[in-house]
Amino acid sequence: MTDILLGLVWALVKAVGLVFVIILPMVSYTVYAERRVSAMIQDRLGPNRVGPMGLLQPIADAVKLLLKEDFTPASVNKFYYWLAPACAMAPSLMALAVIPFGSNLFGLPMVVANVDVGVLWVFAVSSLGVYGIVLAGWSSNSKYPFLGGIRSSSQMISYELSLGLSVIPIFLICGTLNLPNIVKYQIENGWLISPIWLKGISLTGINFPLLVSSIFSVDALVKILLWVPLFISFVVFMVSMFAETNRLPFDLPESETELVGGYHTEYSSMKFALFFLGEYAAMITGSAVIVTLFFGAWHVPFLPNDPSQFPWLGDLVLGIIHIAAFFIKVAILLFFFIWVRWTLPRFRYDQLMRLGWYFFFEIALANILLVAIILAFAPK
Amino acid sequence: MAYTVSRSKLTFGEKLYLPAVLAGLKITINHLIKVLTGKTKVTMQYPEERWDTHLPEHYRGAPTLVTDEHGRERCVACQLCEFICPPRAITIKPGEIKDGDRWRKVEKFPQEFEIDMIRCIYCGLCEEVCPEQAIFLRKDYAITGLTRAEMVHKKDRLYELGGVMTGLVFKWNEKK
Repeated sequence: MTDILLGLVWALVKAVGLVFVIILPMVSYTVYAERRVSAMIQDRLGPNRVGPMGLLQPIADAVKLLLKEDFTPASVNKFYYWLAPACAMAPSLMALAVIPFGSNLFGLPMVVANVDVGVLWVFAVSSLGVYGIVLAGWSSNSKYPFLGGIRSSSQMISYELSLGLSVIPIFLICGTLNLPNIVKYQIENGWLISPIWLKGISLTGINFPLLVSSIFSVDALVKILLWVPLFISFVVFMVSMFAETNRLPFDLPESETELVGGYHTEYSSMKFALFFLGEYAAMITGSAVIVTLFFGAWHVPFLPNDPSQFPWLGDLVLGIIHIAAFFIKVAILLFFFIWVRWTLPRFRYDQLMRLGWYFFFEIALANILLVAIILAFAPK
Repeated sequence: MAYTVSRSKLTFGEKLYLPAVLAGLKITINHLIKVLTGKTKVTMQYPEERWDTHLPEHYRGAPTLVTDEHGRERCVACQLCEFICPPRAITIKPGEIKDGDRWRKVEKFPQEFEIDMIRCIYCGLCEEVCPEQAIFLRKDYAITGLTRAEMVHKKDRLYELGGVMTGLVFKWNEKK
């Protein structure tokens, strides 16, 4: 009984720590980064007034949004109107529960819920995010939010398919859905973005026989063959993730030029902020999933994961390095999200649907077949 | 008759779309790097950097009153500026110069001269219409205040901003 309670307490500590200490500040600073990076891409400077280099801008934004009038239009369906912002924010945070964001800290594995369904949970929960948008569009009782909601639901359903199918090769290769186990596989066999891994090189020295045997082997050949479908699956997954998080070039649900503000047109104050932050939280979750599946999660190349190999580097320091590595990788991906946003124009709606149903769906299916064939003929 | 737009045939590489995406990404990252390394000229950072030294001679800033080299206020309270002012920002209360004053023959002076800087549109008509070269638009552009009363420039403030202006036509020469 006490074991269960203790486990519950630790899970709570990890969840609260992850969400309130890491993710929420990260969300607000992603907004700041978005503004600064977009400004610099457009040859401007962006917000640089509040605090040194504008670093306190997110706090000023939060205060502003909290102090604004929280206006509820008379024509809305009150219950769903109030429910929608929570539905938009919560799923992206919930999906983080299964992400292994670090190795071990104080002997505890740094994942809130080490469950075997792993990635299925991420897909199941993150696709709930569409309800927030649909409810917002519907309950607002207004044309533009309604169109935004409709667009969003059809877009998310379309891209959910290719998103789910594009990661099946990974499960074929790793043989597990459990995210920590996928990370373990990547540590042993190389990140899935480039499974050609040179074994035997680490900061402590080079183990030549192991290195040579890892280059000249059937295993290495299979990995080079697998690199092609894995790269395809990475591209499909990445693009689908853009569509899933409603980021440009797929931000049709809130395309300002056509739909005023899209699904959140009728929202103000903190309710609007929840949609806004929910979008960025979804971005972080998406990046975290990509990092976990393709970039080896918290793994730092050439750094031994076992503290006993590296005595002068304490257990605690190593754990912190791994957590930092994970979030640095996430930050790089977030930068990529922002970078793409300020590069590409928005798709037309028929182009978006064509891309999803005619290309990505088929590519993802063919990719599964390709991986299955390679694995079937590869020696065990 | 429908007009057919001719579409160019795309090669396979172009249809893939990804090379074009990468080319676009390259352009945007170059812009980012240029701003970060300071190669791009960005907007002047206003309160720290000002363009005061670059202001042209004909700059139309806040309207002010000037005194001449004899220390005499040039305004004779003819009220032409008050009448021409499009937003009616100027209010003048004329007064008579007392007997025995050195400048008695000028006859009038402004007892009160107010310019409401909330109303002023910096058009410069007051400067153009003034027969005495008494009112000038100077280079002060950051006219701010916390209250409406503060934004009404009284006579002393107008002279403070205007200062002394020499080399103007001296109509009221004592020898004449």
